[in-house]
Amino acid sequence: MSEGVRDGEYDDWLDAVEDDEGYYVECENGHGWLPPRRVCPDCGSRELHEEPLPEAGEVATHSAVHVPTPQFEDDAPYVIAVAHFGPASITGMVRGADPEDVEIGTVVGVEVGERATTGDRAVVFRPR
Amino acid sequence: MSDPRVAGASVTSFGEHPERTGRDLFAEAGLAALDRSGVPAGDVDALYYGNFMGEIAEHQGHQGPLMAEAVGLTVPATRYEAACASSGAAVRDAVRAIRNGEQEVVLVGGMERMTNVGTAAATDALAIAADDLYEVRAGMTFPAAYALMARSYFDEYGGTREDLAHVAVKNHEHALVNDNAQLRKEITVEEVLDAPMVAEPLGLYDACPITDGASAAVLTSAEYAERHDLDAPVAITGTGQDGDNLALQDRQSYAATPAAAGAVAEAYADAGVDADDVDFAEVHDCFTIAEVLAIESLGLYEPGEGITAAREGETTRHGETPINLSGGLKAKGHPVGATGVAQLVTIAKVLEGTHPRAEAVPAADVGVAHNAGGTAASATVHVFEVKA
Repeated sequence: MSEGVRDGEYDDWLDAVEDDEGYYVECENGHGWLPPRRVCPDCGSRELHEEPLPEAGEVATHSAVHVPTPQFEDDAPYVIAVAHFGPASITGMVRGADPEDVEIGTVVGVEVGERATTGDRAVVFRPR
Repeated sequence: MSDPRVAGASVTSFGEHPERTGRDLFAEAGLAALDRSGVPAGDVDALYYGNFMGEIAEHQGHQGPLMAEAVGLTVPATRYEAACASSGAAVRDAVRAIRNGEQEVVLVGGMERMTNVGTAAATDALAIAADDLYEVRAGMTFPAAYALMARSYFDEYGGTREDLAHVAVKNHEHALVNDNAQLRKEITVEEVLDAPMVAEPLGLYDACPITDGASAAVLTSAEYAERHDLDAPVAITGTGQDGDNLALQDRQSYAATPAAAGAVAEAYADAGVDADDVDFAEVHDCFTIAEVLAIESLGLYEPGEGITAAREGETTRHGETPINLSGGLKAKGHPVGATGVAQLVTIAKVLEGTHPRAEAVPAADVGVAHNAGGTAASATVHVFEVKA
Protein backbone atom coordinates (compact mmCIF):
# COMPACT_ATOMS: atom_id res chain seq x y z
CA MET A 1 0.00 0.00 0.00
CA SER A 2 1.22 3.50 -0.80
CA GLU A 3 2.14 5.54 2.26
CA GLY A 4 1.15 9.16 2.42
CA VAL A 5 -0.78 11.83 4.20
CA ARG A 6 -4.53 11.82 3.91
CA ASP A 7 -6.22 13.87 1.23
CA GLY A 8 -8.56 15.71 3.55
CA GLU A 9 -12.25 15.48 2.83
CA TYR A 10 -11.75 13.00 0.02
CA ASP A 11 -10.36 10.40 2.43
CA ASP A 12 -13.06 11.34 4.93
CA TRP A 13 -15.58 10.54 2.20
CA LEU A 14 -13.94 7.18 1.49
CA ASP A 15 -14.05 6.43 5.24
CA ALA A 16 -17.76 7.21 5.27
CA VAL A 17 -18.47 5.01 2.24
CA GLU A 18 -16.47 2.26 3.92
CA ASP A 19 -18.66 2.62 7.02
CA ASP A 20 -21.77 2.44 4.84
CA GLU A 21 -22.49 6.08 5.59
CA GLY A 22 -21.67 7.54 2.20
CA TYR A 23 -22.77 11.07 1.37
CA TYR A 24 -22.43 13.73 -1.27
CA VAL A 25 -22.47 17.48 -1.04
CA GLU A 26 -25.38 19.38 -2.52
CA CYS A 27 -26.09 23.04 -3.16
CA GLU A 28 -29.49 24.68 -2.61
CA ASN A 29 -30.23 24.22 -6.31
CA GLY A 30 -29.88 20.46 -6.07
CA HIS A 31 -26.53 20.03 -7.81
CA GLY A 32 -24.55 17.18 -6.27
CA TRP A 33 -20.82 16.55 -6.04
CA LEU A 34 -18.18 14.54 -4.28
CA PRO A 35 -16.08 16.34 -1.69
CA PRO A 36 -13.97 18.37 -1.33
CA ARG A 37 -16.07 21.23 -2.70
CA ARG A 38 -16.48 24.78 -1.43
CA VAL A 39 -18.50 26.01 -4.36
CA CYS A 40 -20.97 24.46 -6.79
CA PRO A 41 -19.35 24.50 -10.24
CA ASP A 42 -22.79 24.65 -11.87
CA CYS A 43 -24.39 27.62 -10.13
CA GLY A 44 -21.66 29.15 -8.00
CA SER A 45 -23.50 28.53 -4.74
CA ARG A 46 -21.31 28.35 -1.64
CA GLU A 47 -24.13 26.92 0.45
CA LEU A 48 -23.24 23.25 0.30
CA HIS A 49 -24.54 20.64 2.69
CA GLU A 50 -24.12 16.89 3.03
CA GLU A 51 -26.81 14.52 1.87
CA PRO A 52 -26.82 10.74 2.31
CA LEU A 53 -25.71 8.90 -0.82
CA PRO A 54 -28.58 6.92 -2.37
CA GLU A 55 -28.25 3.17 -1.77
CA ALA A 56 -28.10 2.45 -5.48
CA GLY A 57 -26.83 4.20 -8.57
CA GLU A 58 -27.13 3.64 -12.29
CA VAL A 59 -24.23 3.06 -14.66
CA ALA A 60 -24.12 6.00 -17.09
CA THR A 61 -21.16 4.82 -19.16
CA HIS A 62 -18.53 2.09 -18.89
CA SER A 63 -15.42 0.55 -20.44
CA ALA A 64 -13.42 -2.62 -19.96
CA VAL A 65 -9.83 -1.47 -19.50
CA HIS A 66 -7.20 -3.81 -20.91
CA VAL A 67 -4.16 -1.48 -20.80
CA PRO A 68 -3.95 0.04 -17.30
CA THR A 69 -1.57 2.44 -15.61
CA PRO A 70 1.14 0.70 -13.55
CA GLN A 71 -0.88 1.25 -10.36
CA PHE A 72 -3.61 -1.03 -11.74
CA GLU A 73 -1.46 -3.59 -13.53
CA ASP A 74 -2.71 -6.61 -11.57
CA ASP A 75 -6.30 -5.36 -11.62
CA ALA A 76 -6.58 -5.41 -15.42
CA PRO A 77 -8.71 -6.21 -17.22
CA TYR A 78 -11.31 -4.36 -15.20
CA VAL A 79 -14.47 -2.42 -15.92
CA ILE A 80 -14.49 1.28 -15.15
CA ALA A 81 -17.79 3.11 -15.02
CA VAL A 82 -19.39 6.41 -14.16
CA ALA A 83 -22.55 5.89 -12.15
CA HIS A 84 -25.20 8.41 -11.16
CA PHE A 85 -26.24 8.32 -7.49
CA GLY A 86 -29.04 10.85 -7.44
CA PRO A 87 -27.54 14.21 -8.37
CA ALA A 88 -23.96 13.05 -7.67
CA SER A 89 -21.80 11.06 -10.08
CA ILE A 90 -19.01 8.69 -9.11
CA THR A 91 -16.29 6.95 -11.10
CA GLY A 92 -15.28 3.49 -9.97
CA MET A 93 -14.39 -0.08 -10.87
CA VAL A 94 -17.23 -2.55 -11.37
CA ARG A 95 -16.64 -5.82 -9.55
CA GLY A 96 -18.81 -8.88 -9.13
CA ALA A 97 -20.11 -8.92 -12.69
CA ASP A 98 -18.94 -10.25 -16.02
CA PRO A 99 -17.73 -7.30 -18.09
CA GLU A 100 -20.21 -8.14 -20.85
CA ASP A 101 -23.06 -7.99 -18.35
CA VAL A 102 -22.34 -4.37 -17.42
CA GLU A 103 -24.61 -2.03 -19.35
CA ILE A 104 -25.75 1.55 -19.26
CA GLY A 105 -28.53 1.46 -16.70
CA THR A 106 -27.07 -1.39 -14.64
CA VAL A 107 -27.97 -0.72 -11.00
CA VAL A 108 -24.97 -0.73 -8.65
CA GLY A 109 -24.06 -0.04 -5.07
CA VAL A 110 -20.84 1.70 -4.08
CA GLU A 111 -18.22 0.50 -1.61
CA VAL A 112 -14.53 0.87 -0.95
CA GLY A 113 -12.32 -1.95 -2.14
CA GLU A 114 -8.62 -2.48 -2.61
CA ARG A 115 -6.57 -2.29 -5.75
CA ALA A 116 -5.08 -5.71 -6.42
CA THR A 117 -1.87 -4.06 -7.58
CA THR A 118 -1.02 -1.74 -4.70
CA GLY A 119 -3.51 -2.44 -1.91
CA ASP A 120 -4.62 1.18 -2.04
CA ARG A 121 -8.27 1.97 -1.52
CA ALA A 122 -10.43 2.14 -4.61
CA VAL A 123 -14.04 3.03 -5.31
CA VAL A 124 -15.86 -0.15 -6.28
CA PHE A 125 -19.34 -0.66 -7.73
CA ARG A 126 -21.24 -3.92 -7.33
CA PRO A 127 -24.41 -4.82 -9.21
CA ARG A 128 -27.39 -4.96 -6.86
CA MET B 1 -5.40 45.42 -34.11
CA SER B 2 -3.08 43.35 -36.24
CA ASP B 3 -3.83 39.74 -37.04
CA PRO B 4 -0.55 37.88 -36.58
CA ARG B 5 1.14 36.39 -39.62
CA VAL B 6 2.85 33.01 -39.71
CA ALA B 7 6.32 33.95 -40.94
CA GLY B 8 7.98 30.57 -40.54
CA ALA B 9 6.98 27.21 -39.12
CA SER B 10 8.56 23.84 -38.61
CA VAL B 11 8.21 20.45 -36.93
CA THR B 12 10.79 17.81 -36.19
CA SER B 13 10.11 14.34 -37.44
CA PHE B 14 7.47 12.87 -35.11
CA GLY B 15 8.16 9.41 -33.78
CA GLU B 16 10.42 7.54 -31.42
CA HIS B 17 13.52 9.50 -30.49
CA PRO B 18 14.04 8.17 -26.95
CA GLU B 19 17.68 9.22 -26.89
CA ARG B 20 17.14 12.81 -27.97
CA THR B 21 16.78 15.45 -25.25
CA GLY B 22 13.81 17.78 -25.23
CA ARG B 23 16.06 20.78 -25.59
CA ASP B 24 17.62 19.34 -28.73
CA LEU B 25 14.24 18.51 -30.25
CA PHE B 26 12.95 22.01 -29.59
CA ALA B 27 16.14 23.61 -30.86
CA GLU B 28 15.75 21.78 -34.15
CA ALA B 29 12.17 22.98 -34.66
CA GLY B 30 12.79 26.48 -33.33
CA LEU B 31 15.88 27.16 -35.40
CA ALA B 32 14.21 25.82 -38.56
CA ALA B 33 11.19 28.07 -37.96
CA LEU B 34 13.45 31.08 -37.46
CA ASP B 35 15.49 30.26 -40.57
CA ARG B 36 12.36 29.87 -42.70
CA SER B 37 10.87 33.12 -41.41
CA GLY B 38 13.81 35.29 -42.38
CA VAL B 39 13.39 37.02 -39.03
CA PRO B 40 16.66 37.69 -37.19
CA ALA B 41 16.76 36.04 -33.76
CA GLY B 42 17.41 39.45 -32.21
CA ASP B 43 13.94 40.62 -33.26
CA VAL B 44 12.12 37.91 -31.29
CA ASP B 45 10.35 39.50 -28.33
CA ALA B 46 9.21 36.40 -26.44
CA LEU B 47 8.85 32.63 -26.39
CA TYR B 48 5.47 31.00 -25.66
CA TYR B 49 6.09 27.31 -25.20
CA GLY B 50 3.87 24.29 -24.54
CA ASN B 51 4.87 21.16 -22.61
CA PHE B 52 2.86 18.75 -20.46
CA MET B 53 4.91 15.98 -18.85
CA GLY B 54 8.42 17.42 -18.67
CA GLU B 55 8.80 16.85 -14.95
CA ILE B 56 8.06 13.17 -15.38
CA ALA B 57 9.84 12.51 -18.67
CA GLU B 58 12.99 14.53 -18.12
CA HIS B 59 12.81 15.64 -14.48
CA GLN B 60 12.76 19.12 -15.93
CA GLY B 61 10.51 21.95 -14.87
CA HIS B 62 10.98 25.62 -15.76
CA GLN B 63 11.36 24.78 -19.41
CA GLY B 64 10.58 28.24 -20.82
CA PRO B 65 14.00 29.81 -20.39
CA LEU B 66 15.69 26.49 -21.12
CA MET B 67 14.05 26.30 -24.52
CA ALA B 68 14.69 29.97 -25.29
CA GLU B 69 18.35 29.33 -24.56
CA ALA B 70 18.28 26.27 -26.80
CA VAL B 71 17.37 28.45 -29.78
CA GLY B 72 19.76 31.24 -28.80
CA LEU B 73 17.28 33.69 -27.32
CA THR B 74 17.37 35.63 -24.08
CA VAL B 75 13.76 36.81 -23.94
CA PRO B 76 10.77 36.45 -21.66
CA ALA B 77 9.89 32.76 -21.98
CA THR B 78 6.91 31.04 -20.43
CA ARG B 79 5.76 27.46 -20.46
CA TYR B 80 2.07 26.74 -20.98
CA GLU B 81 0.53 23.61 -19.53
CA ALA B 82 -2.99 22.70 -20.57
CA ALA B 83 -2.40 18.96 -21.07
CA CYS B 84 -2.61 18.16 -24.78
CA ALA B 85 -3.75 21.72 -25.54
CA SER B 86 -0.57 23.22 -24.07
CA SER B 87 0.79 24.77 -27.24
CA GLY B 88 -2.68 25.72 -28.49
CA ALA B 89 -2.88 27.84 -25.35
CA ALA B 90 0.58 29.20 -26.12
CA VAL B 91 -0.57 30.21 -29.62
CA ARG B 92 -3.57 31.99 -28.16
CA ASP B 93 -1.48 34.15 -25.86
CA ALA B 94 1.04 34.84 -28.63
CA VAL B 95 -1.83 36.02 -30.85
CA ARG B 96 -3.17 38.26 -28.12
CA ALA B 97 0.25 39.73 -27.32
CA ILE B 98 0.82 40.63 -30.97
CA ARG B 99 -2.68 41.98 -31.42
CA ASN B 100 -2.49 44.25 -28.42
CA GLY B 101 0.82 45.60 -29.61
CA GLU B 102 2.86 44.33 -26.68
CA GLN B 103 5.05 42.24 -28.93
CA GLU B 104 5.84 42.29 -32.64
CA VAL B 105 7.61 38.97 -33.05
CA VAL B 106 6.90 35.86 -31.00
CA LEU B 107 8.35 32.39 -31.21
CA VAL B 108 5.64 29.91 -30.28
CA GLY B 109 6.13 26.18 -30.02
CA GLY B 110 6.03 23.04 -27.99
CA MET B 111 7.88 19.85 -27.24
CA GLU B 112 7.22 16.52 -25.65
CA ARG B 113 9.62 13.70 -24.96
CA MET B 114 7.59 10.60 -24.16
CA THR B 115 9.04 7.33 -25.41
CA ASN B 116 12.10 7.40 -23.14
CA VAL B 117 9.94 6.52 -20.10
CA GLY B 118 8.25 3.51 -21.71
CA THR B 119 4.60 2.82 -22.42
CA ALA B 120 3.50 2.16 -18.83
CA ALA B 121 5.01 5.35 -17.42
CA ALA B 122 3.77 7.38 -20.38
CA THR B 123 0.26 5.99 -19.84
CA ASP B 124 0.55 6.99 -16.19
CA ALA B 125 1.81 10.46 -17.05
CA LEU B 126 -0.98 11.05 -19.56
CA ALA B 127 -3.56 9.82 -17.06
CA ILE B 128 -2.84 12.73 -14.74
CA ALA B 129 -4.48 15.06 -17.24
CA ALA B 130 -7.61 13.49 -15.71
CA ASP B 131 -8.80 14.24 -12.16
CA ASP B 132 -6.49 12.42 -9.77
CA LEU B 133 -8.87 12.01 -6.82
CA TYR B 134 -12.03 11.15 -8.71
CA GLU B 135 -10.70 9.46 -11.83
CA VAL B 136 -7.07 8.31 -11.78
CA ARG B 137 -7.49 6.61 -8.39
CA ALA B 138 -10.57 4.87 -9.76
CA GLY B 139 -8.52 3.28 -12.51
CA MET B 140 -8.94 5.85 -15.27
CA THR B 141 -6.51 5.87 -18.15
CA PHE B 142 -6.72 8.27 -21.06
CA PRO B 143 -7.97 5.69 -23.51
CA ALA B 144 -10.55 4.69 -20.90
CA ALA B 145 -11.79 8.26 -20.60
CA TYR B 146 -12.38 8.47 -24.33
CA ALA B 147 -13.86 4.96 -24.29
CA LEU B 148 -16.42 6.19 -21.74
CA MET B 149 -17.22 9.04 -24.13
CA ALA B 150 -17.48 6.68 -27.10
CA ARG B 151 -19.83 4.34 -25.24
CA SER B 152 -21.98 7.28 -24.21
CA TYR B 153 -22.00 8.61 -27.80
CA PHE B 154 -23.05 5.22 -29.19
CA ASP B 155 -25.82 5.02 -26.60
CA GLU B 156 -27.09 8.52 -27.30
CA TYR B 157 -26.77 8.70 -31.08
CA GLY B 158 -25.84 5.27 -32.38
CA GLY B 159 -22.63 4.43 -34.19
CA THR B 160 -20.30 1.48 -34.32
CA ARG B 161 -16.68 0.54 -33.91
CA GLU B 162 -16.60 0.21 -37.68
CA ASP B 163 -17.62 3.86 -38.09
CA LEU B 164 -14.72 4.83 -35.84
CA ALA B 165 -12.35 2.54 -37.73
CA HIS B 166 -12.90 4.61 -40.86
CA VAL B 167 -11.50 7.65 -39.02
CA ALA B 168 -8.27 5.76 -38.34
CA VAL B 169 -8.05 4.41 -41.89
CA LYS B 170 -8.53 7.91 -43.32
CA ASN B 171 -5.90 9.52 -41.14
CA HIS B 172 -3.35 6.80 -41.84
CA GLU B 173 -3.95 7.30 -45.57
CA HIS B 174 -3.49 11.06 -45.23
CA ALA B 175 -0.15 10.55 -43.46
CA LEU B 176 1.35 8.37 -46.18
CA VAL B 177 3.07 11.33 -47.86
CA ASN B 178 3.87 13.26 -44.67
CA ASP B 179 7.62 12.81 -44.20
CA ASN B 180 7.36 13.94 -40.57
CA ALA B 181 4.59 11.52 -39.65
CA GLN B 182 5.19 8.74 -37.15
CA LEU B 183 2.97 6.12 -38.79
CA ARG B 184 3.22 6.04 -42.57
CA LYS B 185 1.42 2.78 -43.04
CA GLU B 186 -1.89 2.13 -44.72
CA ILE B 187 -4.37 0.21 -42.58
CA THR B 188 -7.73 -1.40 -43.26
CA VAL B 189 -11.00 -1.29 -41.37
CA GLU B 190 -10.57 -5.00 -40.63
CA GLU B 191 -7.14 -4.41 -39.08
CA VAL B 192 -8.58 -1.69 -36.86
CA LEU B 193 -11.44 -3.93 -35.75
CA ASP B 194 -9.13 -6.91 -35.14
CA ALA B 195 -6.50 -4.99 -33.16
CA PRO B 196 -6.10 -5.71 -29.43
CA MET B 197 -8.49 -3.84 -27.16
CA VAL B 198 -7.10 -0.98 -25.09
CA ALA B 199 -10.30 0.20 -23.42
CA GLU B 200 -13.50 -1.13 -24.94
CA PRO B 201 -14.83 -0.06 -27.41
CA LEU B 202 -11.45 1.45 -28.38
CA GLY B 203 -8.66 -0.74 -29.70
CA LEU B 204 -5.02 -0.14 -30.49
CA TYR B 205 -5.73 1.50 -33.85
CA ASP B 206 -8.32 3.82 -32.35
CA ALA B 207 -5.54 5.46 -30.35
CA CYS B 208 -2.74 7.80 -31.34
CA PRO B 209 0.80 6.60 -30.67
CA ILE B 210 3.19 7.80 -27.98
CA THR B 211 5.43 10.32 -29.70
CA ASP B 212 8.57 12.41 -29.32
CA GLY B 213 8.74 15.65 -31.23
CA ALA B 214 8.74 19.42 -31.29
CA SER B 215 7.07 22.19 -33.26
CA ALA B 216 7.72 25.91 -33.61
CA ALA B 217 6.47 28.94 -35.51
CA VAL B 218 7.51 32.55 -35.80
CA LEU B 219 4.49 34.85 -35.56
CA THR B 220 4.80 38.53 -36.39
CA SER B 221 2.47 41.49 -36.58
CA ALA B 222 1.20 42.22 -40.09
CA GLU B 223 3.06 45.54 -39.94
CA TYR B 224 6.34 43.83 -39.11
CA ALA B 225 5.84 41.36 -41.97
CA GLU B 226 5.13 44.19 -44.38
CA ARG B 227 7.99 46.37 -43.16
CA HIS B 228 10.47 43.52 -43.58
CA ASP B 229 8.95 42.22 -46.81
CA LEU B 230 8.38 38.76 -45.31
CA ASP B 231 6.70 36.01 -47.29
CA ALA B 232 3.95 35.46 -44.74
CA PRO B 233 0.55 35.23 -46.43
CA VAL B 234 -1.22 33.26 -43.67
CA ALA B 235 -2.84 35.16 -40.81
CA ILE B 236 -4.36 33.91 -37.59
CA THR B 237 -7.69 35.73 -37.68
CA GLY B 238 -9.57 34.06 -34.85
CA THR B 239 -8.73 32.67 -31.44
CA GLY B 240 -10.94 30.95 -28.89
CA GLN B 241 -10.53 29.01 -25.68
CA ASP B 242 -12.97 27.53 -23.22
CA GLY B 243 -12.97 25.15 -20.27
CA ASP B 244 -15.07 22.47 -18.61
CA ASN B 245 -15.16 20.38 -15.43
CA LEU B 246 -11.92 18.42 -15.22
CA ALA B 247 -13.58 15.11 -14.38
CA LEU B 248 -15.87 13.52 -16.93
CA GLN B 249 -18.23 12.41 -14.15
CA ASP B 250 -19.07 16.02 -13.35
CA ARG B 251 -20.37 16.90 -16.80
CA GLN B 252 -23.95 16.93 -18.08
CA SER B 253 -23.09 14.76 -21.08
CA TYR B 254 -20.20 12.51 -21.96
CA ALA B 255 -21.05 12.52 -25.66
CA ALA B 256 -20.04 16.10 -26.41
CA THR B 257 -17.22 18.53 -25.66
CA PRO B 258 -18.79 21.87 -24.70
CA ALA B 259 -15.39 23.50 -24.07
CA ALA B 260 -14.49 22.92 -27.71
CA ALA B 261 -17.86 24.25 -28.84
CA GLY B 262 -17.28 27.36 -26.73
CA ALA B 263 -13.81 27.86 -28.16
CA VAL B 264 -15.18 27.41 -31.68
CA ALA B 265 -17.92 29.99 -31.16
CA GLU B 266 -15.39 32.49 -29.85
CA ALA B 267 -12.85 31.84 -32.62
CA TYR B 268 -15.43 31.98 -35.43
CA ALA B 269 -16.89 35.23 -34.08
CA ASP B 270 -13.42 36.66 -33.69
CA ALA B 271 -12.54 35.84 -37.31
CA GLY B 272 -15.99 36.67 -38.69
CA VAL B 273 -16.42 33.23 -40.22
CA ASP B 274 -18.78 30.33 -39.69
CA ALA B 275 -18.67 26.60 -40.26
CA ASP B 276 -19.67 27.02 -43.92
CA ASP B 277 -16.48 28.99 -44.56
CA VAL B 278 -14.17 26.25 -43.26
CA ASP B 279 -12.28 24.58 -46.13
CA PHE B 280 -10.35 22.09 -43.98
CA ALA B 281 -9.36 21.52 -40.37
CA GLU B 282 -6.74 19.90 -38.21
CA VAL B 283 -8.54 18.46 -35.19
CA HIS B 284 -7.47 16.76 -31.99
CA ASP B 285 -8.00 13.09 -32.85
CA CYS B 286 -6.11 11.56 -29.94
CA PHE B 287 -8.70 8.78 -30.29
CA THR B 288 -11.02 8.12 -33.21
CA ILE B 289 -14.07 9.20 -31.20
CA ALA B 290 -12.29 12.49 -30.43
CA GLU B 291 -12.30 13.40 -34.13
CA VAL B 292 -16.04 12.76 -34.28
CA LEU B 293 -16.65 15.01 -31.27
CA ALA B 294 -14.31 17.63 -32.76
CA ILE B 295 -16.04 17.96 -36.12
CA GLU B 296 -19.37 18.25 -34.31
CA SER B 297 -17.93 20.97 -32.06
CA LEU B 298 -16.68 22.80 -35.15
CA GLY B 299 -20.26 22.94 -36.43
CA LEU B 300 -19.34 20.91 -39.49
CA TYR B 301 -21.84 18.26 -38.32
CA GLU B 302 -24.84 18.27 -36.06
CA PRO B 303 -24.47 16.33 -32.78
CA GLY B 304 -24.76 12.63 -33.59
CA GLU B 305 -24.01 13.05 -37.29
CA GLY B 306 -20.21 13.26 -37.29
CA ILE B 307 -19.84 9.55 -36.67
CA THR B 308 -20.36 8.62 -40.34
CA ALA B 309 -18.34 11.47 -41.89
CA ALA B 310 -15.17 9.46 -42.50
CA ARG B 311 -17.07 6.36 -43.63
CA GLU B 312 -18.96 8.45 -46.17
CA GLY B 313 -15.71 9.95 -47.42
CA GLU B 314 -16.73 13.50 -46.54
CA THR B 315 -13.70 14.18 -44.35
CA THR B 316 -11.12 12.36 -46.49
CA ARG B 317 -8.79 14.31 -48.75
CA HIS B 318 -11.27 13.71 -51.56
CA GLY B 319 -14.22 14.94 -49.51
CA GLU B 320 -15.84 18.31 -49.14
CA THR B 321 -14.12 19.24 -45.87
CA PRO B 322 -10.92 17.25 -45.39
CA ILE B 323 -10.04 16.66 -41.76
CA ASN B 324 -6.47 16.02 -40.64
CA LEU B 325 -4.63 16.17 -43.94
CA SER B 326 -1.43 15.75 -41.90
CA GLY B 327 -2.58 12.32 -40.71
CA GLY B 328 -3.79 13.86 -37.47
CA LEU B 329 -2.56 12.85 -34.06
CA LYS B 330 -3.57 9.32 -35.00
CA ALA B 331 -0.93 8.82 -37.70
CA LYS B 332 1.24 11.94 -37.64
CA GLY B 333 1.85 11.34 -33.94
CA HIS B 334 1.02 13.23 -30.75
CA PRO B 335 3.96 14.72 -28.85
CA VAL B 336 1.47 16.23 -26.45
CA GLY B 337 2.89 19.69 -25.80
CA ALA B 338 3.92 20.13 -29.44
CA THR B 339 0.58 19.23 -30.99
CA GLY B 340 -1.19 22.61 -31.03
CA VAL B 341 1.63 24.29 -32.89
CA ALA B 342 2.11 21.26 -35.14
CA GLN B 343 -1.49 21.79 -36.26
CA LEU B 344 -0.62 25.42 -37.00
CA VAL B 345 2.37 24.28 -39.07
CA THR B 346 0.17 21.97 -41.17
CA ILE B 347 -2.51 24.57 -41.75
CA ALA B 348 -0.02 27.26 -42.77
CA LYS B 349 1.62 24.88 -45.23
CA VAL B 350 -1.70 23.78 -46.72
CA LEU B 351 -2.83 27.40 -47.15
CA GLU B 352 0.53 28.30 -48.71
CA GLY B 353 0.27 25.29 -51.00
CA THR B 354 3.51 23.72 -49.77
CA HIS B 355 2.00 20.78 -47.86
CA PRO B 356 2.08 17.42 -49.66
CA ARG B 357 -1.69 17.13 -49.20
CA ALA B 358 -2.40 20.75 -50.24
CA GLU B 359 -3.85 19.57 -53.55
CA ALA B 360 -6.85 18.31 -51.58
CA VAL B 361 -7.98 21.92 -51.06
CA PRO B 362 -6.30 23.93 -53.86
CA ALA B 363 -8.42 27.04 -53.39
CA ALA B 364 -8.57 26.96 -49.59
CA ASP B 365 -8.97 30.29 -47.81
CA VAL B 366 -9.89 29.17 -44.31
CA GLY B 367 -8.33 26.47 -42.15
CA VAL B 368 -9.14 25.74 -38.51
CA ALA B 369 -7.08 24.14 -35.73
CA HIS B 370 -8.89 22.40 -32.85
CA ASN B 371 -6.66 21.44 -29.91
CA ALA B 372 -8.11 19.70 -26.84
CA GLY B 373 -6.58 19.09 -23.41
CA GLY B 374 -7.65 16.09 -21.35
CA THR B 375 -11.20 15.03 -22.18
CA ALA B 376 -11.55 18.58 -23.50
CA ALA B 377 -11.59 20.27 -20.11
CA SER B 378 -9.33 22.66 -22.03
CA ALA B 379 -9.87 23.51 -25.67
CA THR B 380 -8.36 26.07 -28.00
CA VAL B 381 -9.45 26.84 -31.55
CA HIS B 382 -7.72 29.02 -34.10
CA VAL B 383 -8.85 30.26 -37.50
CA PHE B 384 -6.29 30.79 -40.26
CA GLU B 385 -6.88 32.76 -43.45
CA VAL B 386 -4.85 33.74 -46.47
CA LYS B 387 -4.41 37.49 -46.36
CA ALA B 388 -1.65 38.45 -48.78
